[in-house]
Amino acid sequence: MKANGLSEFLAMGGYAFYVWTSYVVAAIAVAVEIVAVRARLRAAVKSALRPERAASLPDDTQ
Amino acid sequence: MRPMSSIPWFRLASPASFFPLARRLVPWFSAGAAVLAVAGLWLGLLVAPTDAQQGDAYRIIFIHVPAAWMSMFIYIVMAFWCAVSLTFNTRLAAMLAQALAPTGAMFTVLALITGAMWGKPAWGTYWAWDARMTSELILLFLYFGYMALRNAIDDPRRADRASAVLALVGAVNVPIIYFSVKWWNTLHQGASVSMTSAPTMAVQMLTGMLVMAFAAWFYAIAITLIRVQAIIVEREKNARWIGELLPRTR
Amino acid sequence: MTRDLRLAIRSKAELGVQLLFYVIVVTLFPLAVGAEPTLLRALGPGVLWVAALLASLLSLPRIFAADFADGSLEQLALSTHPLPALISGKIAAHWMSTGLPLAVASPILGAQFGLTTDEGWLLALGLLMGTPTLSLLGAIGAALTLGLRAGGGLLALLILPLYVPILIFGAGSIEAVRAGLGASAQLSLLAAALLATLVGAPLAAAAAVRIALD
Repeated sequence: MKANGLSEFLAMGGYAFYVWTSYVVAAIAVAVEIVAVRARLRAAVKSALRPERAASLPDDTQ
Repeated sequence: MRPMSSIPWFRLASPASFFPLARRLVPWFSAGAAVLAVAGLWLGLLVAPTDAQQGDAYRIIFIHVPAAWMSMFIYIVMAFWCAVSLTFNTRLAAMLAQALAPTGAMFTVLALITGAMWGKPAWGTYWAWDARMTSELILLFLYFGYMALRNAIDDPRRADRASAVLALVGAVNVPIIYFSVKWWNTLHQGASVSMTSAPTMAVQMLTGMLVMAFAAWFYAIAITLIRVQAIIVEREKNARWIGELLPRTR
Repeated sequence: MTRDLRLAIRSKAELGVQLLFYVIVVTLFPLAVGAEPTLLRALGPGVLWVAALLASLLSLPRIFAADFADGSLEQLALSTHPLPALISGKIAAHWMSTGLPLAVASPILGAQFGLTTDEGWLLALGLLMGTPTLSLLGAIGAALTLGLRAGGGLLALLILPLYVPILIFGAGSIEAVRAGLGASAQLSLLAAALLATLVGAPLAAAAAVRIALD
């Protein structure tokens, strides 16, 4: 299906609302998940490193 | 655990050794997911022909079907890791299950929303109480139950074990639930069209769906690997080795 | 198990409360949707089954809560008798004080919804087979959530999805008879579910109890 112009592509044969809502919702869900997971990792690392920096210097017997 | 750690496989079973591996794998799976997604979207939105019966509305299946497949697949994988965690009493398996659940729930929600979006143009109603969608809804409750139980228990090991039991009980019940809902559906709706009967598939449609399914799979792996890193750090932050493993700049 | 039974029967007030809850919930529906006979007839089986589910759910924490609180659950876990067997006893006592009275009372309530005598028998039979299964499955949930603050809502979230097949086959048996097909399939499935849970649920519940006690 070579789209006859961008407008016809976007129209999706009249079903634009349904099709594009689905794709947009998927894109948002994925984006939110990526951002949230990375934020979670950053927060975890930050909170883990803070006390370690203080404790690890004199204490490190590894 | 000494004898176990001498088996190479089990050396990976400690959160400490898995953490760097997870970090190294994430970029590969992310890149793979991105490439596959672009290819899948190109196939699904541009290459695949318009369907004779459903027009362009059917294109939702390129999101809906992979999401539904992943929602079920992730639950099975999650239940598998739960079984491992109970059998071998390992923390990492439980952490993997913990990391999988939110992504599984996300795909389930996505499957439900896109299913509704597809239902309206294709069958005239957003929600038709058909077997597949109703089972999908119950699957969402199973995910929420797992996550809620984890959340409600303060002790991480008790949370691991309790939610593992729950996930396994759920896994055993999923086929039963699906079967019973299917039965219920035929009894109440007679020979109505199944909402998820796909249009007779042109090759490009099928390929597009498969490519998107793989994209979703790689994406799920990447996200889970990131999340499991976060979980490992959260739960092991008092361990000695944590300082050495963590990148300083992030 | 006899001890639990004696305890359960001694608290006749509790027995009455469970049954009363069932009656009240069932009575709420005609009040909500109107007393139009054909509507009530259509809703009847579903309402009677859903109310049974809810009544079962409400009483589940009682299976373990008292013993957990006073430490006797730990004693049970340490005893020489296999824990699953002991738990089966507790579940049986629970069922006899909740599911059984409910199943027996249901045809009477069924009359409120215009159920015929045959349908009433079918309802009672279905509930007789279904409510033990509900108690068995519910015990797993009760064990998993032992001592947690989140309590009832969490238990409902965990257990209700598992209840769905019982509900479908139970209420469906009456629908099937009304549609002219037999109810033998649904009843056999209910029986099969009961047998399967009789074997599996005490094991799962025992595992869950040990997890909660650790």
